[in-house]
Amino acid sequence: MTGKIVKAIGKNRIGRRAALSGIAMVAATAMGMLPGPMGAGKALAEFPERPIEMIVPWGAGGGTDAVGRIFAQILQENLGQPVNVVNRTGGSGVVGHTAIARANPDGYTMGVMTIEIDMMHWQGLTELTHEDFDILGMVNADPGGLMVSADSEWKDAAALRDAIKSSEPGTFKASGTGQGGIWHLNLLGWLMSEGIPVDAVTWVPSEGSVAGLTDMVAGGVHMVPSSLAEGRALIEASKVLPLASMSDERQELFPDVPTLNEATQSDWKLSVWRTIVVPKGLPDDVRAKLAEAVKAAYESPTYQDFMKERGFGLRWLGPEEATAQVADDDANLGAVMKEAGLAK
Amino acid sequence: MVISDALDLVLTPQVILTMIASGAFGMFLGAMPGLTATMATALLVPITFFMEPVPAIAAIVTAAAMAIFAGDLPAALLRIPGTPASAAYTEDAWRMTRSGRAADALGALLVFSAIGGTLGTIVLIVAAPALAEVALKFSSFEYFWLVVMGLSCAVFVSPGSSLKSMLSLVVGLTAACVGFDNPAGQPRFTFGNVDMMAGIPLICAMIGLFAAAEVFRAIVHPSRAVRAERPDTSHIFARQWRNIRRYPKQMLRGSALGTIIGALPGAGADIAAWISYAISKRFSREPQKFGTGHVEGLVEAGSSNNAAVSGAWIPALVFGIPGDSITAIVIGVLYIKGMNPGPTVFLMQPQLIYALFIVFLLANLIMLPLGWVAIKLGARLLSVPQNILMPVIMLSCIIGAFAITNSIFGVWVMLAFGVIGFAMEECEIPIAPAILGLVLGPMLEKNFITSMIKADGNLLAFFERPIAAVLGIMAVAFWLLPLIRAILRRRKAAIA
Repeated sequence: MTGKIVKAIGKNRIGRRAALSGIAMVAATAMGMLPGPMGAGKALAEFPERPIEMIVPWGAGGGTDAVGRIFAQILQENLGQPVNVVNRTGGSGVVGHTAIARANPDGYTMGVMTIEIDMMHWQGLTELTHEDFDILGMVNADPGGLMVSADSEWKDAAALRDAIKSSEPGTFKASGTGQGGIWHLNLLGWLMSEGIPVDAVTWVPSEGSVAGLTDMVAGGVHMVPSSLAEGRALIEASKVLPLASMSDERQELFPDVPTLNEATQSDWKLSVWRTIVVPKGLPDDVRAKLAEAVKAAYESPTYQDFMKERGFGLRWLGPEEATAQVADDDANLGAVMKEAGLAK
Repeated sequence: MVISDALDLVLTPQVILTMIASGAFGMFLGAMPGLTATMATALLVPITFFMEPVPAIAAIVTAAAMAIFAGDLPAALLRIPGTPASAAYTEDAWRMTRSGRAADALGALLVFSAIGGTLGTIVLIVAAPALAEVALKFSSFEYFWLVVMGLSCAVFVSPGSSLKSMLSLVVGLTAACVGFDNPAGQPRFTFGNVDMMAGIPLICAMIGLFAAAEVFRAIVHPSRAVRAERPDTSHIFARQWRNIRRYPKQMLRGSALGTIIGALPGAGADIAAWISYAISKRFSREPQKFGTGHVEGLVEAGSSNNAAVSGAWIPALVFGIPGDSITAIVIGVLYIKGMNPGPTVFLMQPQLIYALFIVFLLANLIMLPLGWVAIKLGARLLSVPQNILMPVIMLSCIIGAFAITNSIFGVWVMLAFGVIGFAMEECEIPIAPAILGLVLGPMLEKNFITSMIKADGNLLAFFERPIAAVLGIMAVAFWLLPLIRAILRRRKAAIA
């Protein structure tokens, strides 16, 4: 638009053009929008010599986007090249993950891989699995939880479990993601670990856990098995009661909430994680350099503070451990999805 | 005391300069077709990490407010609506431009955006906790009826035959079926294409239906494409004073409705603008003028969508529930700055909350001078000859469509919908209902299916909850009213 405006003005009034581009420039520089000094102080042949693209498979404004952007910001400082975030959304993450895996393996495209990679191939949506990526590091993990409305008649997880067991299948409703989404599987995994049939609780699809939580507070569903961090404001407002955390230990932000094992002796655990990945087949030295930069970015105070303040769980796993964890989850989720008839 | 503390926090050179700079930035991004207010906010977030809480929030709020108004600029000048919310009145605004009243149309959008935003903010200040409690009572049953009412507006908003409006609506609803993000979690009409799994990108389709179709028309009927008259851009604000005196009821009604609908996290500015436009037409003394370049709908829908943007802060601040992607981003920033949303923020940090309110009000004030500059500059675009302007429009369509999906797929969608839009207009089928179908189709399906799952298939559940029952009866009455009136008229005729 500005280009066109400038063109129209340029004919008669140069002053206006200068004023307008002035505004744009001031805005851009004030906001730091202009790319930093290109290749500041780096030898020419050394990677990276041009901007890097960071693909985020989820929309602007979400948690994965926030993690991608803060990472891009820190990597940009460490690598001396702009790191641009590109949101490739839709198809429950298939579009974005495919774009990362199919990118040219030259180190100039990286991305944020989320736990959905361990689900979509079971559903028959894509051939893509975590084996199509090289993981540079796992940078965040949030344990699943179990939440009910504050005015619910069940005040602990064991009571809720017993009520589900003794009721007709379908009496209880739960929500928090789409059909077959990660929190749906979290619920199913928990039910299976308690020996409850998977059709005991009806899943009500929703766009994300906040939509599910609001529906629960409005009296639409009985429980939401999403991460407790996503319900933080409503928990603090005493509208939502957290019953359990599907993790090894209690969470720092919610010290009064028992782990699922403490609450019901179930051994089900699930965390959603985010990893920084590159397509398979990068030159070894480039991958090593990026892996090192990712580790340094994870350890930076900027990242640590950001994650703590947002209430996101910090977890670091290096390339090998992260790959093992991702493969482990792939097997577990596959088992749940087959049992529930969600796998193809 | 609290207020003066808050004023001290806001009225510093740093905050004011940040607001002006981010306002100009938001104005620039919003005016570029395809670059959205969400994008403007997301780009600002990493920078705000290094700012104090008040300037950080001020930067984001100002940029978002500016970008939303700036989306009206290409809508009025080039018929490229920036957001689905401005699509409601694009036709009127653009026709005003064609008849040389561009400054009048844009002035109305600017002034009533600012007024709607300000009134919405006042409601936010006075009644946020109470309204948020009401908003929490809305579940899928209530939203279903709200969406039904929104869709019913399709019949009212478009001039001409309602059969053709319905046809257009069906085009939109069909396109909305594409993709994987539906309640059943099954890919539909994707033909095995990965990009199609994401569904039809709304903004790309919208740019195609309106703008690309206009370019095609200029190619096919060069004689009909009369050059727009050079607009008179003097006295932009003085003219609006007249509109305020002429349409005070429309302004207040639009702002009130916008704030309420905006406060519902499952609704938002899009539905607010369309419903307001339809109400405006329904109760207007000159409904036949709507869609031909009439300012009345601009007044009401323009106030409404900005009021909705202010209203969206109500659930966001009180319960941390985002109504749209912009509030979602800001909630994240609030956490980072230690201003955790929730009822306690009003008690624990009142000076920060009041500072936030002052920032909201200032953002709407700054919109006036910045918008004035943008209108003055933008209106000059119209003196560009048609044979230069049209290729430039096409170019910005392509860039905009690419920017939305970050892939060539968006460009193909835009071109395909350009052809559809061209064909529709040749057959005198209105375009607006198709956009409404695209926006509301997924919401209709989602709310219907989830309600049915919750109610185990019992249709009466749509009337069992008190708010749902009221909304349901209103929606049904909306549909039956013309029928009853026709029967009554026939009876009267029979008696006579």
